[in-house]
Amino acid sequence: MTTDNWTEIKAACEAALPAEVVAFIEKHKGTPHSESQLIAILHMVQNTAGYLSKEQMNAVAQLAQIPLAKVTGVATFYHYFRLNPRGKHMINVCLGTACYVKGADKIAQRLMGDLGIQFGETTKDGMFSLESTRCLGTCGLAPVVMVDDQIHGPVGPGDIATLLDRYTTKKKGAKAPIPV
Amino acid sequence: MTTMINLTIDQEPIQVPAGTTVLKAAEKLGIHIPRLCYHPNLSLEGACRVCVVQVEGFNHFLTACGQEVWEGMEIQTNSPQIRQARRDIIELLLDNHPMDCQTCDRDGQCELQKQAYRLGIRERLFEGKRKIYPVDDSSESVVRTPEKCILCERCVRVCEEVQGVHNLSQHGRGFQTVVGPANLSKMDDSACIMCGQCINVCPTAAFLEKDHTERVWEALSLPRGVKHIVVQPAPSIRAAIGECFGMPIGTPVTGKLITALRRLGFDAVFDTNFGADLTIIEEAHEFLRRMGGEGQLPLLTSCSPGWVNFLEKFYPEMIPFTSTCKSPMSMLSTLMKTYYAEKKGLKPEEIYVVAIMPCVAKKYEASRPEHRMENGDPYTDAVLTTRELAWMIKSYGIDFVNLPDGEFDRPLGISSGAADIFGATGGVMEAALRTAAVKLTGEELGPLMFEDVRGVTGLKEATLTIAGMDINIAVSNGLTNAKVILDKIKAGGKQYHLVEIMACPGGCVAGGGQPYPPMDMDVLDPQLPLLRAKALYKIDTDKQLRRSHENPAIEHLYQEFLGEPNGEKAHHLLHTHYKASLPRGIR
Repeated sequence: MTTDNWTEIKAACEAALPAEVVAFIEKHKGTPHSESQLIAILHMVQNTAGYLSKEQMNAVAQLAQIPLAKVTGVATFYHYFRLNPRGKHMINVCLGTACYVKGADKIAQRLMGDLGIQFGETTKDGMFSLESTRCLGTCGLAPVVMVDDQIHGPVGPGDIATLLDRYTTKKKGAKAPIPV
Repeated sequence: MTTMINLTIDQEPIQVPAGTTVLKAAEKLGIHIPRLCYHPNLSLEGACRVCVVQVEGFNHFLTACGQEVWEGMEIQTNSPQIRQARRDIIELLLDNHPMDCQTCDRDGQCELQKQAYRLGIRERLFEGKRKIYPVDDSSESVVRTPEKCILCERCVRVCEEVQGVHNLSQHGRGFQTVVGPANLSKMDDSACIMCGQCINVCPTAAFLEKDHTERVWEALSLPRGVKHIVVQPAPSIRAAIGECFGMPIGTPVTGKLITALRRLGFDAVFDTNFGADLTIIEEAHEFLRRMGGEGQLPLLTSCSPGWVNFLEKFYPEMIPFTSTCKSPMSMLSTLMKTYYAEKKGLKPEEIYVVAIMPCVAKKYEASRPEHRMENGDPYTDAVLTTRELAWMIKSYGIDFVNLPDGEFDRPLGISSGAADIFGATGGVMEAALRTAAVKLTGEELGPLMFEDVRGVTGLKEATLTIAGMDINIAVSNGLTNAKVILDKIKAGGKQYHLVEIMACPGGCVAGGGQPYPPMDMDVLDPQLPLLRAKALYKIDTDKQLRRSHENPAIEHLYQEFLGEPNGEKAHHLLHTHYKASLPRGIR
């Protein structure tokens, strides 16, 4: 009589993760302090999937034999880890001091209104994710909004519609930044 | 030789071994430094900062719990600044805490409340933002109320370090930090094995047992004759409930307990001990069968529902080794609604069974489909913890301490001393050995005392020679110790024959439903189960009947109703089965 469900669990977990992550976990298993590889593993998962799904975190826990509560505890502690799917474009509103005194909160409010999401969320169409960030080192352009890896600034609440438009319409020049 | 360190605490000189913490050094001088997150039997956390002290030469405070002493150290534990700092810390905790002491289950037994009183907080200065979370009562056993949590992480530590379950962790950061199972999912969708040790170590009421008192009050207030209400207290209740009424730890109160139950209105007071004796008969026969080559060895005991949950989630491959015997509670409940019902001329649904257990996992056990009748009703209708029953007795205005002694009803109230010791770690093993030794040797009077399996050590191993056979036994309590023995069994090598596993550290006497210890003792202090167990061993030695198979009521039960031990009817009524369950725990 076999009552062990490990074979099925292992197979399902391996299927939930990219092969290189599984290999990485295997490589470090049983080495001293192998559970300190957890953050590195989560980085790998997020880099391929864009975020950490519950299924993937569970797979990491099972394969690396790190308690799941610890995995999700770490994933929720660090700002860098995302627990929801990421949109096609990542919008980061700078809430650093310089941007903030120049009205970054109004820009944030406008973005939330226009996109219908809060910080940390993704639009239903999967187009945009909204995040806040601290100083991006471009205080001279304050207030700034970073979309993917492009910085836009200074941006006023009135510029938001045009800005979003550039990413939603598939014109040739759509990816070009707003001239600074 | 240990280096000795000289220091002064509140101007008093003291010498302590190097490596002693300030907190422990102060205790030697009789100075109790306030603490919240600190627990002597868990790892250091340093989260609450309540134990801060002032040290000469430092312009900031140091925490007494983690700071080791050094030569010439001058410590102030009670300067005005220190008192103010501690008060501020507690006040800030209170600001983020629901101020509902009057209606809180832990009123009077809350460490936060005690510290607030001791430090002289008599008014609230701030009215700040407060965390708001829903209560999670999804589990059949453990209710989680994150609003009452002060983030001391004692639950996280006991779950990880003592139970090896690691179901709890801090999630998020800063003001949003919350302690809960992985993904902050519901408790019934987590790796929780429902032992309830988180309840015992929690300084507040962030963890509590699922309340069953309401349904019991309701049953007891039904018009006479609607339901025949029967009750069964577990062995360890009689060794602990006296504490709730100010009696010294380890006072056996069987007789008073019976009278109190009668006064509450139960129609019949039976004894889980009877179920324990029956478990021994069934389990001893199962053991002898396996010794004879039928089935796998070692035989793992199955009385502890926390352990059963652990088995199903963490070690499902060990299911074939585990005894199929129901727990004493479930065996007795089953008999109440079959054998006893028949005798009384009642239908099973006319009987209402209440079990008093030292355990919160028993609440879950009672709700399991395996422990239900064919019509879907449970054999055990309600499970009260020792704490819940103590509260009901107080609430009813019963002067417990001065109650006359009562006696259990017959026939399901007759038991041997072997049943009483079930509440102590090693007790099930000893009880089983008493019967097995007689059956194996064929001699009427086998050994009674098995000293090797007594005491609260987490893992005990011994080899006994019975009837010329070497029998390797192991007894574990606290699930981290269970992991050790299970991994040894899996690794092969030494052939174990009989292994007792109890989920809670110290066995049932220190279960997740037992009274919170008095002020001068910490939960998890090995003295606590030791003293309570002493009461059980005393009850055992005071009894005429010492072996389960000598119980005449049990003998009669087999003749009249069950047939043969391990026979078809016994198997149908008294045995159960287990299955791998999810989520799979990480060990």
